Amino acid sequence: MKAKVHVMLKNGVLDPQGEAVRHALGALGFDGVEGVRQGKVIELDLSETDPAKAESQVREMCEKLLANTVIESYSVELT
Amino acid sequence: MKAAVIVFPGSNCDRDMAVALRQAGADVTMVWHKDADLPKVDIVAVPGGFSFGDYLRCGAIAAQSPICKAVVSHANAGGYVLGVCNGFQVLTETGLLPGALMRNAGLKFVCKTVGLNVTTTESSFTEGYKTGQVINVPIAHHDGNYFADEETLVRLRGEDRIAFTYAENPNGSVADIAGVLSDNRRVLGMMPHPERAVDEGHGGTDGQALFRGLAGILADA
Repeated sequence: MKAKVHVMLKNGVLDPQGEAVRHALGALGFDGVEGVRQGKVIELDLSETDPAKAESQVREMCEKLLANTVIESYSVELT
Repeated sequence: MKAAVIVFPGSNCDRDMAVALRQAGADVTMVWHKDADLPKVDIVAVPGGFSFGDYLRCGAIAAQSPICKAVVSHANAGGYVLGVCNGFQVLTETGLLPGALMRNAGLKFVCKTVGLNVTTTESSFTEGYKTGQVINVPIAHHDGNYFADEETLVRLRGEDRIAFTYAENPNGSVADIAGVLSDNRRVLGMMPHPERAVDEGHGGTDGQALFRGLAGILADA
C-alpha cells in the first residue's frame, strides 16, 4: 500500500521560508494571505498490506528519521 | 591526545579539523562514515560540510550512518565529542545534544567572521578562555538557526550549558545561542568554525584555545 507523510514545523516554531513566501505573494498582489506555513510531503510505497501494521511502521519511520520531532510534527495518510 | 575525525560524503571541513587538532598535538585518524567502529580515541570530531547533500534535513542522514552509532556509544561512555557546523547538526539529530538547527531567519547563507561571547569556561573546550571574553570565529552556514523549547532553554541556562552566544545574532538563533554542551560537558556542538581560526593566515587564532584546552585535558589520557 501507499503512505503519504506530511511533515510540518510545529505551531509556535517560526517558519522563515513560509514568511518569505507570504511576502512574495503580497508583492504579486495576492492580498489577504495572513499566514503561510511550508512543509514537505513524503510518499512511500510499502509492501505491507495490513493498514494497521503499515501505519505503525510509518509512524516509527517518522519518529526515527522522517521528522525531527523537536521542531516538526507529522501526519500519516494511507491509501 | 588521540582524535578521530569523521568523514561523510559531503564533509568539507574534515581536513581543516584534522589540521587544527594536529596543531594542538593530537594524533589524528580520519574515519569513514561506513565504518561501524571507532579506533581507540579520546575525542571524536564531527566536521562541517554538507553531509549527504543536506537531504531530508541537515545532518539527518549522517546521524543514521554506522559510525554515528559508535560516536553515540563513545559519548555515552564519557568520551569527548566536538561537532562543528554540520557536525553540530548531526549531533542534535543523534540526540546527543538538545535542540535543532533550522533555516537561517534571514534565509541567506551567511559567511563571515562573527564575535562570540564565551558564556562558560566550565568545560575542557572553553577553559582556555575567560568568561565573557569575546572571540572572533568564522561562520558559514544556511541552517544555523538554533531552536530549543522554553523548557530546554531553562535547563541549558540552569546547568550552565550554553558555551557560546553570538555578540550580534546572525541567523535568528533563540537566545543568541551559537554552541551548547551536553549534560556531562564533554560533548560540544557549535555552528562557528574554531578550526578556521587557528593560524595567522586565517586572519585570527581565537579558535586555538579550544583545541589547546582539549589537548591539555587529554594529553595523558
